[in-house]
Amino acid sequence: MVGCMSHDMPGDLEAQTITIKGHGGDEIEAYLAEPRGSGPYGGVVVIHHMPGYDRSTKEITRRFAAMGYVALMPNLYHREAPGAAPDDAAATARAQGGVPDERLVGDVAGAMAHLKSFPKCNGKVGTVGYCSGGRQSFLSAVSLQLDAAVACYPGGVVHGAPPGSPLSFAPLIGRSKDLSCPLLGLFGEEDKFPSQEEVATLDKELTSHGKDHEFHSYPGAGHAFFDVDRPSYRVEAALDGWKQVTAFFGRHLGS
Amino acid sequence: MCTYHTEHLELRDSSGKGADGWFTLREASVYYDHPVHAPAEHTVNVDFLNRSLGPSARVAVELDPGSARELARALLEAADLAASHSGQGH
Repeated sequence: MVGCMSHDMPGDLEAQTITIKGHGGDEIEAYLAEPRGSGPYGGVVVIHHMPGYDRSTKEITRRFAAMGYVALMPNLYHREAPGAAPDDAAATARAQGGVPDERLVGDVAGAMAHLKSFPKCNGKVGTVGYCSGGRQSFLSAVSLQLDAAVACYPGGVVHGAPPGSPLSFAPLIGRSKDLSCPLLGLFGEEDKFPSQEEVATLDKELTSHGKDHEFHSYPGAGHAFFDVDRPSYRVEAALDGWKQVTAFFGRHLGS
Repeated sequence: MCTYHTEHLELRDSSGKGADGWFTLREASVYYDHPVHAPAEHTVNVDFLNRSLGPSARVAVELDPGSARELARALLEAADLAASHSGQGH
């Protein structure tokens, strides 16, 4: 017979799909993962990458819960494609020009409010995002009062969307002075979006405003080095990246 | 990298076969980005869509750039042949 252990063993978690109120009071789908203990725990809003609200970003959300955070990932494409397969939803969102910045901020604000209402949440909330979600994590941190933000290979912060793009990615570097919290940036040296020149420009701008930030660029890694099921995965960069995220959120979101 | 570069084309008198069978194609998105399934860091991707039928009305392909060029050449040849047979111009 297998016995049932206490509910606060490290790594024990519960995960489910819920409905939250996003931008404009819209009801949107979100994926919630929480440790089974009583807390208190910090909160993490996970901002998915451009390929969507998919299996790999749900795995990341569960990983944050296993690390001791209440993690919530809003489905940023819910309005365009409710109930659709993640790749179909991402294609629809791309065809429509992507997620408007104002709506993204509203959805992250809704996720934050949901996390802060949790009795087991300690009231501190950070964001983490990948790819376009990295830019959106930075956007959230210059638009909302956060406790920490992680941006993984965020393209478009310095120069906006590249020429020919139908997506409305405005440059955000001019808003660096509004950064509300410490920022951790993780980059691949071989990435072209963002390039190392853009990383250096953002670093300089944040320093000029006295903003608390910490950047790591990994040699031999390009874009999407955290993606374990893509050829872009780079084990050394991903392992150190997770180590940096763990330490960073531990310092700023811990109880 | 995520290029975000996307070209949109309107399609006329075209059909595709998706998960639920044949449907009318209204547009195509052509872009260079990470694939969902192909074993490469970047591919040339085409989504054939009919948004009026919902997000699942999609035929998607992810092509190695060399394969995409060969396909484009073959499409042009076939389109030229079709035009010469029907008497239509480009």
